[in-house]
Amino acid sequence: MNIITRGFRGRRRDGGRQLPPGQYLTHDFPVLSAGPTPRIPLDAWEFTVTTEDGERQRWSWTDLMALPTESVTADIHCVTRWSKLDTVWRGVSLDTLLENLETEADFAMAVSYGGYTTNLPLEDLLDGKAWIAYEYDGEELAPEHGGPARLLVPHLYLWKSAKWIRGIDLMLQDSPGFWEQLGYHDYGDPWREQRYQGD
Amino acid sequence: MARAAVSGGLKVRRTWRPAVLVERRPETASAATLVLDVPGWPGHLAGQHVDVRLTAPDGYQAARSYSLAAPADGERIEITVQAVPDGEVSSFLVGDAASGDSVEVRGPVGGWFVWKPESSGPVLLVAGGSGVVPLMAMIRSRDATGPGTDRAPFRLLYSVRGPVDRIYDHELQHRAMADSDLDVTLVYTRTAPAGEPRPTGRIRIDDLVSYGWAAELEPTCYVCGPTGFVETVANLLIFLGHDPSKIKTERFGPSGP
Repeated sequence: MNIITRGFRGRRRDGGRQLPPGQYLTHDFPVLSAGPTPRIPLDAWEFTVTTEDGERQRWSWTDLMALPTESVTADIHCVTRWSKLDTVWRGVSLDTLLENLETEADFAMAVSYGGYTTNLPLEDLLDGKAWIAYEYDGEELAPEHGGPARLLVPHLYLWKSAKWIRGIDLMLQDSPGFWEQLGYHDYGDPWREQRYQGD
Repeated sequence: MARAAVSGGLKVRRTWRPAVLVERRPETASAATLVLDVPGWPGHLAGQHVDVRLTAPDGYQAARSYSLAAPADGERIEITVQAVPDGEVSSFLVGDAASGDSVEVRGPVGGWFVWKPESSGPVLLVAGGSGVVPLMAMIRSRDATGPGTDRAPFRLLYSVRGPVDRIYDHELQHRAMADSDLDVTLVYTRTAPAGEPRPTGRIRIDDLVSYGWAAELEPTCYVCGPTGFVETVANLLIFLGHDPSKIKTERFGPSGP
């Protein structure tokens, strides 16, 4: 059954580059968060990876800045339907951070300052697909966009790119994060339009 | 009446349903309330939103999310849409849509920024512009519970540019007058009506101190509006001692990176 809305033509202004289904192009950078923006002083900032055995590896801000950085140009897609093309970030690859880790885990929970969490398969954080990003468009990352540092996993919907990242907990079994418990998809591939559980 | 829970689970909420526009009510020069009949609508909570999808004759589709403005009345729902400049869907809905038109809707969506009528603690609502829409749904669904001694006390701070931008103007005035547990305070940022004692300007900490709840009362705070507005208000509430976990926010609109 086809429902046509009388008089609606639409703008089709997304021409040229193809967007994932149901997305529209924006040149702004909208903000979506569930609560207030946490403020984290750099001298108190810490990033911790915890394995399924409880082993921890920690990086201070100074430690992070000493690691090799990469410049990343990527399209980002928010589940609230906007997409933004060719965004430019700088950060440290998760491959660098996780290279010496002893783990059998298949899943990861990203944990943020402020209490936000989101779950992803560990393999989606590896092989040049994910970064701890601390610069956007040549400037330090603004707090409302996740500064001082956020996870960046541009091939998944943007809620997986946890703002204000504090650590990653590795897990043998998948477990839903904040939005995932509220009905959003465990994986969140924009090209398969995995917005909600069951999509 | 809002139903306490949505029956039927996710599959029901994810199904696109045909809907018919039964009424379009202008709220301001650039905002309108749309009343839709949605056969099979499963009910919703105040604060949730709905996806609206429009289809052109050649099959082109565009979908956007809008806040529900009122508790469901059976299979009838209301959204209030602010036309945004260059808005492909919003400007059609506010300017062109007419009674009898067909659209599709899916929802309700969002289980976090919600208020449930059975909760009795004090509530602070802070709205910037059309951010008032989901907060109005909370005020209306509170009313739907009927008067009673344990009804949650509400305070609304509503920031608008000027008097012509007030959405739900008469209804809010009327409700505030009729109900001693509902306070409504307007904050004018650019143009104030004659006799308004507060100087115009963006919302400030003394507005929240004078017209909000003290942090000791542990109110649940709902803040909805443009990004900059929500950032400012949420930071002020934390500064005033409110527990960050009791501050729920919903941001919309563009912002610089």
